[in-house]
Amino acid sequence: MSEHAITVVVNGVRHQGRVPSRKLLVHYLRDDLRLTSVHVGCDSTQCGACTVHVDGHAVKSCTVLAVQADGSTLGTVEGVATDGVLHPLQQAFQDCHALQCGFCTPGMIMSSLDLLERYPDPSDAQVRAWLKGNFCRCTGYQHIIEAIRSVGHGSGSVPNEHAGTREGSAQARVCHGC
Amino acid sequence: MAADDVHAVTSLRARPDAAMPAGPDDAGQFGRPARRREDLHHLLGRGRFTDDIVASGEDALHLTILRSPHAHARIRRIDVARAKAMPGVIEVLTGADLTQNVGPLRANWIWPRMPLPEHRALSEKVARYVGEGVALVVATDRYIAADALEAIDIDYEVLAAVTDPYRAAQAGASVVHPELDGASIRGNVLQHVPVRAGNYAAARRKADVIVTQRLRNQNLVPGAMEPRSVHASYDMTTDVVTIHLSSQAPHIMKRMLAQVLNVDEHRLRVIAPDVGGGFGAKLHLYPEDVLVTAMAFRLKRAVKWTSTRTEDFLSTNHGRDHVQEVEICATRDGTITGLKATIWGNLGAYVSGMGPGIPAVNCGMILTGVYRIPNLHVDTNLMLTNTSRVDTYRGAGRPEATYLIETMVDRVARRLGLDPVEVRRRNFIPPSAFPYTIASHAFCYDSGDYPKNLDKALEIVGYASQRAKQERLRKRGRYLGIGLATYTEFTGIGNGNLLAMFGFDYGGWEYGRVLVHPTGTVEIHTGSADQGQGHATSYVQIVCDVLEIPAGQCSVVEGDTGRVEFGLGTFNSRSMAVGGAALHEAARRLLAKAKRMAAHALGVTADDIVYAKGIFSVRREMSPFAQGSRVLRRGTRDLVGKVYRHLLGVQPVQVGAGRDKISWEEVARLAHFLTTYPNGLEPGLDERVFHRPKDFVFPFGTYAAVVEVDVETGDVDVRRLVAVDDCGRIINPLLARGQVHGGAAQGLGQALLEQSLYTDDGRPRAANWMGYAFPRALHMPYIEAEHTVTPTDRNALGVKGIGESGSICTPPAIVNAVLDALSPLGVTHLDMPLLPEQVLSAISTARRERSRSVDAIGSGAVAT
Repeated sequence: MSEHAITVVVNGVRHQGRVPSRKLLVHYLRDDLRLTSVHVGCDSTQCGACTVHVDGHAVKSCTVLAVQADGSTLGTVEGVATDGVLHPLQQAFQDCHALQCGFCTPGMIMSSLDLLERYPDPSDAQVRAWLKGNFCRCTGYQHIIEAIRSVGHGSGSVPNEHAGTREGSAQARVCHGC
Repeated sequence: MAADDVHAVTSLRARPDAAMPAGPDDAGQFGRPARRREDLHHLLGRGRFTDDIVASGEDALHLTILRSPHAHARIRRIDVARAKAMPGVIEVLTGADLTQNVGPLRANWIWPRMPLPEHRALSEKVARYVGEGVALVVATDRYIAADALEAIDIDYEVLAAVTDPYRAAQAGASVVHPELDGASIRGNVLQHVPVRAGNYAAARRKADVIVTQRLRNQNLVPGAMEPRSVHASYDMTTDVVTIHLSSQAPHIMKRMLAQVLNVDEHRLRVIAPDVGGGFGAKLHLYPEDVLVTAMAFRLKRAVKWTSTRTEDFLSTNHGRDHVQEVEICATRDGTITGLKATIWGNLGAYVSGMGPGIPAVNCGMILTGVYRIPNLHVDTNLMLTNTSRVDTYRGAGRPEATYLIETMVDRVARRLGLDPVEVRRRNFIPPSAFPYTIASHAFCYDSGDYPKNLDKALEIVGYASQRAKQERLRKRGRYLGIGLATYTEFTGIGNGNLLAMFGFDYGGWEYGRVLVHPTGTVEIHTGSADQGQGHATSYVQIVCDVLEIPAGQCSVVEGDTGRVEFGLGTFNSRSMAVGGAALHEAARRLLAKAKRMAAHALGVTADDIVYAKGIFSVRREMSPFAQGSRVLRRGTRDLVGKVYRHLLGVQPVQVGAGRDKISWEEVARLAHFLTTYPNGLEPGLDERVFHRPKDFVFPFGTYAAVVEVDVETGDVDVRRLVAVDDCGRIINPLLARGQVHGGAAQGLGQALLEQSLYTDDGRPRAANWMGYAFPRALHMPYIEAEHTVTPTDRNALGVKGIGESGSICTPPAIVNAVLDALSPLGVTHLDMPLLPEQVLSAISTARRERSRSVDAIGSGAVAT
C-alpha cells in the first residue's frame, strides 16, 4: 500500500503526516488526529454525521480520501467555540433542545454553519432542503430547524410556512424553549 | 498527544452541571423546561461514544466478522489459513473454535415451556440469515481486518429460506430450525399464545356489521445514528475486562456476558458511555458483544468492533414485522362488541432478548386499546424466519396493536357512515371506570381521561373546519383527509412477579442512589441510563425538587456497572416512572436523615426542623415542651463540653450549638464528622433504593393528521400533525416535546417511507440508507405537540412515560387520514408505507372496480 505525505491545517493547527493512499479522511481525523467529533454514521455519504469543513465548505469526510485533503484547511466542531464561549449556533442548539443523543450534532453544526454562511436568514424550507444530507433519528428535526433559524440575521421577512397552524410564522422562527 | 487525556478510560457518564449557570433560581425543579446538562460536551465535540474510546493506554485491535451472504445455508468448508498468514492479523476463528469456551446467547423473555433455538455467537454449521457471523478476524488495523475477511475461503450449500412470518406458517414452508421441528415445535411456529375473553362467537352472531381486514405491519430498521459498537480492554492487574458498549442496559449485559462466557461477574465491568440512540435495538445481547469480550480475555489486549451501517442493517435487531388478520364486530350505533385477530409476529432466525413478549404480550394482550371491547378471540403465533432477529423497537408491540385497532375503528365508522370521532367516543373506557381491567385481563389501566384528550386534539386541529374544508376541496377535485388515532400503552414496566410468570427475567425494579459528599455536593446514581433522552437533566430536576439545592450542585453517574452497582436499564419508557421514582424516594429518605442530623446539631428533634432552599431552621412556633427540652439539651451539652475541655483539654464538635439555622453544606460535613450521632443513625448521607413499582402506568393520547393526496402522482402531503399526549405530570416540557417529535418522525417514517424488504431467496433488498428511506428534514411536517395531564397514583411523582407515543400513534393517524382522503374514490385499504406507487395503484384499482360495478348495475346483472 503506497503512502503519501500530507499537510493539512485543522482548526487552525498545522498537521503533517503520512497516510496510506486508501485511508479515508474521516479515519485520518478520528484515528490519527483524535478528532472524534467526526462520526461515521453510514459510510455511504447519506447521513452527514462525518461532515467537516474543507476550505470553508461542508464536506462529508467519509467519502474523501485523506490524500485528497492535502493542502486544505479543515474545520471540525472542536474548533467552533472560541475561548470556551459557544458559537451562537451551538448556544441555540442547547437553548432549543436541538440535540438528543448528540451523534449527528457535530455534523449538523458544521453543515448548518455552511448554510448560514451562504444564506444568513434561511427560510424553514431552505433549512429543511439543506439538511437533506444530515440525518437525525432523535429529534424529528423540528428543534434543529428552530435553532438554526433563531440565529438567522433578518427578522420577520420569513415566509409563513405554518400558516393555519397554531404556531404561526411569528412563533415559527422563535425557539420554543427560549 | 494531549488529546489522549480526554480518552482516559474511566466512567465518562458523570454529568457535571457545566452547561447551566449556578444559582438558586436554577434549581432544577419539577416541571421546568430546564436546558440539558448533556448538551455541552456534544456541542464542543467532546462526546465520547464507544468507537471513540481508547482504553488501557493502547490502540485496540480491530475485530471484523465474516457474515453469511445467504439467508439459509449449510457451511460445507471453511478455511482460514490464508487470512491467518496475512501481516497484521492476530487471530482468525470460526464457530467451531469457540464452542468450548463461549456458550449460546440467552434471551430474557422465554415463554413458559417455549424451546429456545440455540444461538451461537458464530454459527458453526448452518447460517440462518444474511449477516449471521461465521468467522472472525482480529487485526492491528481496521483496513487489514477487512482485507483478511476476503481471504477466508468458505463454501456454502444454499438452502431454501423464508422471511415472511405468514408464509413461514404455511404448509411447505422451509423450516428454519429443523432440530426443533416435530420435537418441541411445529414447523416455524415457536409458540402459539391464545387470548380469549367473553364470548366472541355470540358477539359475532349479534353484530350488525362485521369488518375484516388483513394488515401488514412492516419490518423496520430502528436505525440509531450511532452504529453498534463494543470495545473490551483487559487489565492484567485486576484480571478484569472493561467493556464499553453502546447499550441501553449495561447491567443486564454484564450478567448475560458472565453467563455466556462462564466468568465471574466481578471480572466484568460494562460501561455504556455516550450512546447514540437506542430505540430498543441496543437493549439486548448481541454476538459481537460476546466475541469482543471473549477476544479481550483470550488475547489480553484491547479489542473493538464497530458496525458499519450495512452490518447494522444486517445484524442489528429489526422491529415490527407482523401479519395480522382482523375481524371486528359492531352494532349499528357504532358500539364495538368483539375483536378477533390472528397475528403472525416475526422473531427472526433466533430469539432475541424480549422478542417473544413483543407480539404475544405487548401487542396481543392490549389490542383493545382505549376501548371497552368485551369479547376477544386473539391468537398470536411467534414465528421463526430467516431474517435477523426482530425485537423491541420504540413502542415494541404497542404500535402494532394501536395500528390494528385504530385503523379498524375507522373502518367500522366508514362502514356505518358514522364520524370516526363519534365511534371513538362511544367506545372509550370512561374516566369514571378507572382503574380498569381490560378484557384480556393482562393489564389494569391506572388512570385516563380519553374524551378530554380527544377534545383537545380536535380543538387544536380545528376538526369541524377541516371537515368543511375537505368538503369544499373535494368539489374542486382535491383530496384532503383528516385522520385520528387514539392510543394507550403500558410504560414503567413493573410488577416483576407477574412478569416472571410469563418468563420475563429482568424483574421490574430500578435502582437509584443519592449521596452527599462532605462538601455538600450531591451525586445521583441511576441504573437507567441515557441514550439521548436527557435523563440526567430530568433526574436532577426530580432530586433537586426534593432537596431544594441548585442543579449545579448535583452530578449524575449512569451507564457504568463499576460505579453504579445495580440497574436494569432504559426501555419501555420506564426511566422516569421507575428510575425517577427510585431517585425521588432516595432523595426523600436522604433529606429525612439530613433533618435528623441538623436537629441533633441544633439541639431539637427532627419534627422541629423546617427545611427550605438549603437551610435547616428551628421551627419558630415550637411547643413549650420542645423549647424546654432544647434548653435542657443545650445546657447538658455545654456542661459536657466544659467537662471535656477541663479534664481532657479537647473540644467536642458543636457546630450548631446556640444557633437556629444550619446550612446544607454544614449538615453534609457534620454527617461525616460528628462526634456522636442521633440515636441509631450511621454516619453519612447516602441512600440507595430499589424501587419496585406496584404495576405499569398507562399514558395515552390522540394524534390528528391532515393530509392532502395528489391523486395524479400518489404523493401524500402531511399538512398538519397534532400530537396531544397525556403522560401524567411532566417533569420537563422541553424534553417531553423532544421525545414526541422524535417518535413522530419514526412514526411518519413507518407510515410513509420505511420498509425492510427481502428477495424470494431471503436477501434484504436494502442494506444501508441508500436503499432504505429514512425520514429527512424535508419529509417532516411541523409537529404541534400538546398535552393533557392526568396523573397516576402508581408512583409518587405521578408520571407515566412519553418516549414511545409518537411512534405508536403517528402511523394510524396518517394512514387513517389518507384513507379518509381517498374514500370518495373507493379506496378502503393501503399497507404501509404509503408509497406514491401504492397509492396510485390503489386508486386505479378502486376506480376500475367501481366502474365495473357501475357497468354491472347498468346491465342489470346485480340484484339490489
